[in-house]
Amino acid sequence: MAEYRLATPLREEDVRKLNIEDVVYVSGVIYTARDMAHKRLIELAERGQKPPLEMDGSVIYHAGPVARKLDGEWEIVSAGPTTSSRMNRATPLLLKYYPVRMIVGKGGMSREVAEALKERGAVYCHYTGGAAVLAAKCVKRVARVEWLDLGMPEALWVLEVENFGPLIVTMDSRGNSLYEKLELEVRDRLRRLLKW
Amino acid sequence: MHVSRKINIYRTILNPFDRPCLRATYMKASIIEEVAFQLIKRASIVLPKDVKVALQKAYEEETSKLGKTQLKAILDNVTAAEQMGRPVCQDTGIVSFFIRGRSLDYKNFEEALRRATIRATREVPLRPNAVHPLTRKNSEDNTGAHIPGITHIYEDADHIDLVVTLKGAGSENMSALYMISPSEGINGIKRAVVETVASAGGQPCPPIVVNVGIGGTVDLTLKLAKIALIRPLGTRHREGEVAKLEEELLTLINSTGVGPMGLGGKITALDVKIEYAHCHTASLPVGVNIQCWADRRATARIYPDGSWELLS
Repeated sequence: MAEYRLATPLREEDVRKLNIEDVVYVSGVIYTARDMAHKRLIELAERGQKPPLEMDGSVIYHAGPVARKLDGEWEIVSAGPTTSSRMNRATPLLLKYYPVRMIVGKGGMSREVAEALKERGAVYCHYTGGAAVLAAKCVKRVARVEWLDLGMPEALWVLEVENFGPLIVTMDSRGNSLYEKLELEVRDRLRRLLKW
Repeated sequence: MHVSRKINIYRTILNPFDRPCLRATYMKASIIEEVAFQLIKRASIVLPKDVKVALQKAYEEETSKLGKTQLKAILDNVTAAEQMGRPVCQDTGIVSFFIRGRSLDYKNFEEALRRATIRATREVPLRPNAVHPLTRKNSEDNTGAHIPGITHIYEDADHIDLVVTLKGAGSENMSALYMISPSEGINGIKRAVVETVASAGGQPCPPIVVNVGIGGTVDLTLKLAKIALIRPLGTRHREGEVAKLEEELLTLINSTGVGPMGLGGKITALDVKIEYAHCHTASLPVGVNIQCWADRRATARIYPDGSWELLS
């Protein structure tokens, strides 16, 4: 359970060093993306077009922030993680087309995503579910927002963050998944607990 | 509004002999609306004391390092939400009210609770979560058909206790109803509850609160689980046998190793609460309602003269 402080853009060699159960704090720029933004990113890549963001070494955060405009500047009110499994289908393609290095969300992702992370050299990190105010406090500034036509939660928010975390590496770049490991342990305990 | 004329079936189920009563407290709708608004606002920002105590205790007792990081983040978030006056979680949930008292002027009451919900959505603000189930069109104000939910629990008192709960989808989605064989008995109940929790894993944002309805008919079973939801953490059922089952279930759940946020550890649940009803000799329904760590509820007592106090 080592602790790391990383700055964006993330370098592949730094990400490949991470193991499951490591704790990470990220500073720099992160992008929020949910179902609709994933769909659009993939469509762009398949048409050979470029997205409005630099994807090399990027961090994708599964979140639909609540934002408000104060004196012409966006402010993030809350930005807790959303359930990542909804992006299970889109993520292998996202990782195929873009050099994303880290995905942050809650609840974990599928075996297919674990394989895609391994292929790309990226990790999945867990952020505490419901910790919406804590996440908002790490956001220093909204650098910009793209695709607001998708609606506030689905838009691509470009957030400048400082020590965004604690993020727990739960799927590393070697195909390991803490979720799979824990599920087996829980199943094993259940068999013993419910034996009567 | 035509919506307000719908029949509240649960009122009928829980209190079949309830009749409009002349002694009933026909409180002013404006007072009900104001109290309900204050309760929604408080529930969204400040967790009840019993929940904060339980989370603190969980943090102290958790031995897994990863689990502790999650409980620390939760406690920090709870404090930050209070300090900044912001909703504790971005999913401010579906609004439900529970009214404990005598019969009341139902139409006025429902209208007042609806107006309070609309106002809270705009002013707190709450995230607009209520959508039509088929078209998925968002009402944008957290109200709609049968929403906010209202449950009337009869109690022979001059005052009314008004409770609001805000329940997010992450935990509600992990709820379950089982029709188990009566011959499976208490072991069958335990299996149903523990398996629901284990297969949900980290998805409902543990440490969770597990509210269980046992017996009744299917509608009542789940309603009983919801009535268990408004009972504070750390309080046991008034009947020893049920209290014992609550404790046994809590021990079992916390032996699964799911842990805070499903990252492993010994604190999977903060508490288990049960309510029961008699059921058909040939059935044994078990309703399991899962509540995330952000167990948002607020309670006020309203007196016949219109004065009121916050209970939790």
